[in-house]
Amino acid sequence: MKLTLQIWRQKDAKAAGKIVEYPLDGIEGDMSFLEMLDVLNEQLINKGDEPVSFDHDCREGICGTCSLFINGEAHGPDRGIPTCQLHMRMFKDGDTIFIEPFRAAAFPVIKDLVVDRSAFDRIQHAGGFVSVNTSGNPVDANTIPIPKHDADRAFDAATCIGCGACVATCKNSSAMLFVAAKVSQYALLPQGRVEAADRVLNMVKQMDAEGFGNCTNTGACEVECPKGISLENIARMNREYLSASMKG
Amino acid sequence: MAKSAILKSSIAKKVAMALSGLFLISFLSLHFFINMVSVFSADSFNAMSHFMGYNPLIQFVMQPVLIAGVVFHFVMGMVLELKNRKARPIAYVNYNGAANASWASRNMIISGLVVLAFIGLHFYDFWVQEIVYKYVDVNSIEPTRYFEELNHKFESPIRTGLYCVAFLLLSLHLWHGFGSSFQSVGFSNKYSRFLQKVGYAFAIVVPFGFIFIALFHHFNQI
Repeated sequence: MKLTLQIWRQKDAKAAGKIVEYPLDGIEGDMSFLEMLDVLNEQLINKGDEPVSFDHDCREGICGTCSLFINGEAHGPDRGIPTCQLHMRMFKDGDTIFIEPFRAAAFPVIKDLVVDRSAFDRIQHAGGFVSVNTSGNPVDANTIPIPKHDADRAFDAATCIGCGACVATCKNSSAMLFVAAKVSQYALLPQGRVEAADRVLNMVKQMDAEGFGNCTNTGACEVECPKGISLENIARMNREYLSASMKG
Repeated sequence: MAKSAILKSSIAKKVAMALSGLFLISFLSLHFFINMVSVFSADSFNAMSHFMGYNPLIQFVMQPVLIAGVVFHFVMGMVLELKNRKARPIAYVNYNGAANASWASRNMIISGLVVLAFIGLHFYDFWVQEIVYKYVDVNSIEPTRYFEELNHKFESPIRTGLYCVAFLLLSLHLWHGFGSSFQSVGFSNKYSRFLQKVGYAFAIVVPFGFIFIALFHHFNQI
């Protein structure tokens, strides 16, 4: 497969970046997208050029480290996967592929395709702690009855890997799907109810302080989310926020 | 957390947009009903219009509330639009918005501004002239003038055309706005899908009903 790559290159956080074209040959359909970038980087290193920086870690679709905005979509044209699970069979010979970093004021570019997503960490920190019984005779969590559908929904919300695709794809750079997932995973369980009001107020406050945009319910985040986090989580967060606001 | 901080939060703004939008939808439903009456009965239309024009509760309470609702929805919409633009200072070189969201949902600002421009024209056409009739020229009460005035406005093919275009954009605005309002206030349960369908039906029936009314009065005079 012969490809033309249009990749965002940026020396560091302060430098102005630009799109640079790279022709690439010998790519096979069974390669992952990141392996294709590995091939490019090997060639660049052999030529003495600076390789393209991009985030990756587990390459198994579970860590949320990889990012990339590929041909106008977060994690590329496939659905329900992060970039590391995107395979080159989704493209065809002769294609031009645009590869850009996730774009948001709250996700500043560090270098090339690497962005700083620590805003997500600070939102999670703002959520605070979950009370646990430390009396020496803790109750086993399995003995607390939880309706099956609540447990399932909490688990679905907890599958969010915090990759930031929701922010990257949202036309408003809103982080509401991420924050809603983190609010929901606790709000649906009895252990999480204890600090639920403070948690949602503080997480939303931090989300706003980080400079993310506002959700306008386009639903793009749900479509692009590699874990299929549902919009119903955002409705739940709105409810949680409104009810917490009433309590003050 | 301080109440003022809560009111300034992104979710409070979102809820405010939704509630003002739902209020405008309720007004639109009433307006649609009265206009539809004009197709069937000039007398009934005159009677309803006269009631709306001279009832003190509607004139001096509901009308200012409605104007405030429109202004609020517009101002809040612009505030959110500017904030959202600031949230991505460097645009993507290649952004495929159509891959994951409808045109209507991505372009509420465009459909909204067209509807706002239409409201300006509509105010000039009906509201300003009604105020002049009642409070500047101080004309006598004439309970049967409304149907004639309506017909007169739809004589011009250009004005009728502008109205129709605005209604098409209103349809797109409602297509996303109706269901989105319920999502914003946290409504998400087994009725959500049904409500979404009600929203789609509303977004078709009401604006296209208005188009029908405009064309009906236009062609009735040729």
